Formats: sequence, C-alpha cells, structure tokens
Amino acid sequence: MSNTLANPPPSWGDPNLTDAEKRTLAAMCARMIPASDEFKVPGADDPLIQADIAKSLGRDATAVHDTLALLNRIAGGDFAALPVAKQEEACATLRAEGGMNLTLTTRIVLQCYYRDDRVMISLGMEPRPPFPKGHVLPQGDWSLLDPVRARGKIWRDA
Amino acid sequence: MTDPVDILIIGSGASGAAFAWSMADTRMRIVCLEQGDWVKPTDYPANGRDWEARRYSDADILPNRRQHPADYPVNDTNSITKIATYNAVGGGTVHYAAHFPRLHPSDFRVRSLDGVAEDWPITYRTLEPFFTENDRMMGVAGLANDPSYPDHAYPMPPIPPGRSGTRFAQAMNRLGWHWWPSAAAIATREYEGRAPCINLGHCLPGCAQGAKASTDITYWPAAIRAGVELRTNCRVREITIGPDGMATGAIYYNRDGQEVFQPAHVVVMAANGIGTPRLLLNSVSAKFPNGLANSSGLVGRNLMLHPWPVVQGWFNDEMDGQRGPIVSLWSKQFYETDTSRGFTRGYMLQFGRGPGPVGEAQAGLESGRMPWGPGHHAAMRRYFHRRAHIGIACDDLPEEHNRIILDPTLKDSHGIPAPRIDYTVSPNTAAMMEHGIARATELMREAGAHTTTVSREVLNYPGHLLGTCRMGTNPERSVVNEWGRSHDVRNLFVIDGSVFVTGGGVNPTSTIQAIALYIAQQMKQRLHTLFD
Ligand SMILES: Cc1cc2nc3c(=O)[nH]c(=O)nc-3n(C[C@H](O)[C@H](O)[C@H](O)COP(=O)(O)OP(=O)(O)OC[C@H]3O[C@@H](n4cnc5c(N)ncnc54)[C@H](O)[C@@H]3O)c2cc1C
Ligand code: SF4
Repeated sequence: MSNTLANPPPSWGDPNLTDAEKRTLAAMCARMIPASDEFKVPGADDPLIQADIAKSLGRDATAVHDTLALLNRIAGGDFAALPVAKQEEACATLRAEGGMNLTLTTRIVLQCYYRDDRVMISLGMEPRPPFPKGHVLPQGDWSLLDPVRARGKIWRDA
Repeated sequence: MTDPVDILIIGSGASGAAFAWSMADTRMRIVCLEQGDWVKPTDYPANGRDWEARRYSDADILPNRRQHPADYPVNDTNSITKIATYNAVGGGTVHYAAHFPRLHPSDFRVRSLDGVAEDWPITYRTLEPFFTENDRMMGVAGLANDPSYPDHAYPMPPIPPGRSGTRFAQAMNRLGWHWWPSAAAIATREYEGRAPCINLGHCLPGCAQGAKASTDITYWPAAIRAGVELRTNCRVREITIGPDGMATGAIYYNRDGQEVFQPAHVVVMAANGIGTPRLLLNSVSAKFPNGLANSSGLVGRNLMLHPWPVVQGWFNDEMDGQRGPIVSLWSKQFYETDTSRGFTRGYMLQFGRGPGPVGEAQAGLESGRMPWGPGHHAAMRRYFHRRAHIGIACDDLPEEHNRIILDPTLKDSHGIPAPRIDYTVSPNTAAMMEHGIARATELMREAGAHTTTVSREVLNYPGHLLGTCRMGTNPERSVVNEWGRSHDVRNLFVIDGSVFVTGGGVNPTSTIQAIALYIAQQMKQRLHTLFD
C-alpha cells in the first residue's frame, strides 16, 4: 500500500538507502526534529521512525537520494560526522538550496514522524487510523441564521 | 467484435452513472465502458495509520502523481490549475469533497443579464426536477430555503458546522454577509443502506464509512440491478463512424490489453471535460479530420477550471482540524454580478476545516512558522488543529484559447495520445480572485485569525473540468444541441461537464448530474425520433 510498492517502477528511483545515506538522514532528522523531554516525544532520528522512513521512499526516492547527496556536498564530506554547530549551518544552507527535493524529503520524514504512537499521543491524538471510530464534531446552532433569513432573497431572477 | 448494444456509455463517473440508471427503465441493452476498476472501501486511506501519507502518493488528487494503471497522464505544465481526476467506477465522485451546490438561475443567462459569454440553451427551471431527483439518488444533506437560491429542500439535515463553521458564521453575521450550511452529498443519518458520516475527515481520498455519495455506491448498484452492464478496466481508444457519418461504436483495450470493437446504436460520452474531448480529438476520420463532432472547431475549447485561491487562517483556540467533512458552509455574498467591484459575475466562498499533522507541519516548516530544531514542538502545538480555510470558487468565463489539445508526444500506457492543457486566467477572473482574497482575508481577521496566508493557485485544484463540448442551438458555436446530441453525429451524445456553456462559481457535480438525468429523459421522450 501507501507510497510503496513491492516492485516500484525504476522511474521512482532506488527504494533503498545505503548505510551511509541512512547515517546522513538520521543526522539530518535529529537537526530537523530533535527529541524533547518537555513534550515527551522522540526525535525524528529515533530508530523506529528511521526504519519507517527507510521503507517509505516510494515515488520520492530520487528526491531523497539527491537531498542527502546535496547535504553531504554542502557539508564538504560526511554531514553526520560534523559537530552539531556545523551541522546546523549546513542545514540552514540546505533549507535555502534544497528546493522541491527537500520539500519531498521533508514530507516523508513528517509522514513517518507524525504517525508514531508516542508523537500522536503527545499531540493529543489517539494513535489509531481515522476509520472506524471517526471523530465527534460539535453540532451547530442554526438560530445563527436568523439575520441571514431576515435579509431575504439575494438570487437574481433569470 | 461483440454483439451490438443499444447504448454505449464511455465513463462511469458522476454523469455516466446517473444517465445509466435513468436509461435502464427503457430495458434497452446498455453497456458502460470504464477504464478504471471498482475501488474497495477497505482500500481507502482512512483504514490505515498511513492515511495522511497516502494523500500525497497513491491517493493523491493528481493523476500525474498517483500514476495508477487506470490513470492517463495529462500535460498540464501550461496551466496554473493542475488537473485533478479520479479514474475508477464512480470517477471523480470517489475523490470529491461532495460539496453540492447547484448552479444559480443567473448562471444560465450570463449574456442576457451581464452581456458576457453566452446564455445556455436551458435554464435553472429546466433542470429543477432533475436536481431534486439527483439529490434523492445521491443522498444530499442541507438546509432548506437558502435565500441565495429559489426555494428547495434536501433529503437530510446539514452537516454540523463544527467549531470553525460556527466561528465563520458569527463573523459573517457581524459583517452582514450571506452564509448558509453547505449542501453536501454526505449522509448525515442512515440513508438508503448507507451509514451516516462519522467525521473521519477523509472525504477526498474516499469515504471508508460509505457516508459520502460516490456513484459506485449510489447510482451504480441500482443501475446494475436494473440490467445495465458495467465493464471495468476497459480503456476506449476511439469512437468509430460508418460511411453514413453515424457513430458505429468504440474501440477499446480490455483488462488483458486486447483490442475490442464494441458496436453500438448510440454512443454517449461521459469521460469528463478532459477525457471526452480527448477521445473525440483522437477519433479522426476522412469525414472528421479534426476530431469527431468537431465541425465547429470547439471540441476541447472554452475549458473552464474554476481558479480557486485559498486563504488560510490560524486561531488561538482549537478548531476542527481534519476531524469532519472538509466542507461546512458557503457564502454567496459575492456571487451575483456587481460591476462596482471591477469584474463581472462572481464567486462563492467555501469554508473548510484544517489539515492533519503532516499537512500542518509541512506548511509550517516551508513557511518558516515552524523552525528546525528544538522549537519545532512548541510551534507545532501553536498551529496544529488551529487552522481553518476559505476557498474562493471563481466563475472563469469561457475563452476559446483555454483548451485541451492532444500532446504531440505524451501517451498513456496503451499508446493513446494524452491531453495537453493550455489555460490562462483572464483579467476579469484575476480581478475576481483578488477581490475574493481580500474579502476572505477580511473575514478571517473578523473571525479572530491571528495569522493568515494566501495561496493564489497551488493549494487547491478543484477537479472541475468544464466547457469543452458546450451545448447550444447554433452548430457553429456549440458541439452538442440543447439536449446533448452532437450537431454533427446524430447518434453521439455528450452528458458530462464538457457541455457547460459557462461554469458558474460553484462546484459543478450536482448540475452535471442533473444535466445527465435531463438528457436521459429527453432521449427517452424521443426514442422514435432520436436521430431525426
Ligand atoms: C479532488 C477532487 C475534489 C472534488 N470536489 C468536488 C466537490 O466537492 N463538489 C463537486 O461538485 N465536484 C467536486 N469535484 C469534481 C467532480 O469530481 C467532477 O465534477 C465530477 O466527477 C465530473 O463528473 P463527470 O461525469 O463529468 O466525470 P468523472 O466523474 O470524472 O467520470 C469520468 C469517467 O470516465 C472514465 N474515462 C475517461 N476516459 C476514458 C476512456 N478513454 N475509456 C474509458 N473510461 C474513461 C474515467 O475513468 C472516469 O471514471 C472534485 C474532483 C476532485 C478530483
Ligand atoms: S468525514 Fe464523513 S463523509 Fe467524509 S470521509 Fe469521513 S465519514 Fe465519510
């Protein structure tokens, strides 16, 4: 299902990340969404979330490979090996230069991050799919329509 | 070759399904060819934890992104509005938001009233009984006696406005604006075996609850019970004609990729405002070198797409977020022409709720409202479930240069030439869009939004595909007559959104289906003189 297929077409790009790419990705995710004790959430570099991301490249595999390659180029080599301050500088440059590929890569990270139980619970969501339980929507008060009714017909006879 | 059928319908979406059901009582042999398959409710994204991810992949609204086997590519690089479709049993209704306004009486008379474009050859009153019948068949929820329309009622009570709808309603009361609960093709109570809406908030990529009225669960079961045959995974390549200039049937590729000729006495096009002209333009012959039924040169022209700017607003307190149908209210305050505004015709404001966490975080990171780093979490909690939006549905009048043609190189998986869209926004529409953006922003502020943003084009591609085989009484200025029959080919009919003469400023499906039912009734009344 989802953004992944057993046999994705070659035009989507290589669905697998190399070990080096995984290291770069995890380091980038740690800069993007770090863990927080205050909100009781893991970071996007959490191993479970990283494993989810690694199998969810789907239609955007090429964009992810290219983004990670660009980040390493900006870093002048191995982004993951840089000290935190240097990583933050490189990420700022990536955000300025990453374009659509970064947008697509970010979306994959967010997709996996915000479906993690721990994160959903912290946001006040129930960790479940929308169906079958659904949600409750407050009912309205249609007496609010009284002034609209009072103003009368506004359609044009034709 | 298979046995001839009486009526061959191409496309099983909003119009094809309604038409098939209505014609079934003639007991004629009716076959519908649909390039897609049945979609199973268990396959809809709302069943899984990856529901939001799938909205951007296999459940995306854009066929170019989705790339299902049933999808055909569309070259829409030359259009600010991208082409959203769904190709399966039910067509676009599987993925629509089910906002269900009718066109207004004035929409059918724009030349007489406002001196622009052309009048329709039919009126609101012509369609009125078919609107009612369609509301009953689809199962529409709404509140009677909206002062922006001639009086009419709905089969079910309206969908709840929720927090965001209530907030907008109060603000519009302060501004003295018209608003009304939206009519929606969504069951708000049990209806004809359908379960009521439980606010999954996931109407676009299919309703797992079956509350949203897509034609695979409304018209099709009834039509099939009445004897209509629906053949899925059958992609039509061309409509064929005989030496007498009459349509003889269609050539299609079946699910095994084999080429099949289906002879028919009547061919009915219901492949939507892009698919129908594409097929006609692909059906060339010595008699019709520029495409079938195209002596007017208007097949594919006058494309209307409803440019749809969106104003987003964020509030300090909690809104509905993704919990609930996308739509809640409409306002017709700026619908009818008032030339002091600097443009002719008008627009509807369509009020909607908010996105899920991925949509919110993505928008936040892109705009800079949410930082990378430790500040992300607090920022996310300031914006998540605190958003609501207003869409501005603009009546883009027909212009011949807005059109679909066949792309010289792009083809679908069967090698059939794909459509290319050429579409620009006129100065009138641009002025309308800016007016709508200013008013929607004013309303957002009045409703208490602390932050607002505007998207002029990218956020919402409404999937409204209209005007490309328009109806009319003059064969030089229209493709089909006032009851859907081609001026050139007397046993060829068009019943989908292609026949719109103008687009109105509302979502079109209620009107598309009313027209399909009306054409079916016209055909039934003329069965013995249909080709005269
Ligand atoms: C994301 C989205 C949201 C929308 N929201 C709303 C809304 O809230 N309210 C509203 O009124 N409208 C909405 N719409 C528009 C609505 O879906 C369309 O107006 C409606 O479905 C059009 O009906 P139709 O019969 O013209 O064509 P469709 O419903 O598009 O049906 C055409 C069918 O023809 C088939 N077909 C095409 N070519 C071929 C071929 N060569 N061979 C065989 N089969 C073929 C297609 O597969 C498709 O099933 C939305 C659309 C989208 C995509
Ligand atoms: S909000 Fe209602 S109509 Fe929409 S998908 Fe959910 S249950 Fe269906």
